[in-house]
Amino acid sequence: MSEDRAVGIVLVSHSAEVAASVAALAKGLSGGAAAVPVAPAGGTGDGGLGTSAELIAAAAASVDRGAGVAVLTDLGSAVLTVKALLAEGDELPDGTRLVDAPFVEGAVAAVVTAAAGGDLDAVEAAAAEAYAYRKV
Amino acid sequence: MLDADFFRRWMTATAASVDREAERLTALDSAIGDADHGSNLQRGFTAVTAVLEKEAPQTPGAVLTLAGRQLISTVGGASGPLYGTLLRRTGKALGDAAEVGTERLAEALRAGVDGVMTLGGAAPGDKTMIDALVPAVDALATGFAAARAAAEEGAQATTPLQARKGRASYLGERSIGHQDPGATSSALLIAALADTAEADGE
Repeated sequence: MSEDRAVGIVLVSHSAEVAASVAALAKGLSGGAAAVPVAPAGGTGDGGLGTSAELIAAAAASVDRGAGVAVLTDLGSAVLTVKALLAEGDELPDGTRLVDAPFVEGAVAAVVTAAAGGDLDAVEAAAAEAYAYRKV
Repeated sequence: MLDADFFRRWMTATAASVDREAERLTALDSAIGDADHGSNLQRGFTAVTAVLEKEAPQTPGAVLTLAGRQLISTVGGASGPLYGTLLRRTGKALGDAAEVGTERLAEALRAGVDGVMTLGGAAPGDKTMIDALVPAVDALATGFAAARAAAEEGAQATTPLQARKGRASYLGERSIGHQDPGATSSALLIAALADTAEADGE
């Protein structure tokens, strides 16, 4: 994988702090992931709790290297807003995909996989697999 | 026949109604949600009114797709993509006709409601906006007043239901006994449609 063809990863949370922290955590736990473009899109444009279509679109554009963009979300309106943007057709880069995965665990798996050179399918599969990890 | 100006007045009437009822919507949402439904929709429809004035779309379909796009980008909560999808799908179904009749509007609204159900995964009886919208669309064939009454009845009928979608579903049985805020705002949207039509003598 050349650095400029990594899968991009967007982390959408209702909270700017949560999105930014999970991005830092995922990169921190996947040493050598510096080359993976990861962008948080948390909270509303004015700093409140919620989802901003503009922040999501900007984050996706910022991590797009032509290899696709995996979007992970937390709750309710984050999921619905990404789905609505995908349905629009021209709001998100080509090859953008909403990945069905737990937010924190999925983000770590996605960044590790992207750093290892995985393509979008591999990143999606790794993130989704995090659902199967039982804690008890 | 209904032209672009009619649809613009429908959106403006909805914005005014949401302004008037914002506190009630938020009060309903504080019982079973996160207490922001009124203010979120107020922000969204204020932005819709502004963009329609600025861009002056020329067809009914263009009015609704632009309004829907604006809701998705400004609301910040789940009602943004849900109402945004409702209006955009309806607008797309209207195509680029300069004027549409009631029957065509009813068909297009049905496509919009189907889009909302697909997006949110809700069905009738889940205590959501769908419980007001589906009966309203069914009744629209009979007339605007019938649609308004059906939407209001549908919204009131959500009170004894247990929420199965959205944040209210986390409350389980404690969601019973509260009217759904999304169904309530949907009834406002349909009432604004009927008011606009009646003001026109439709």
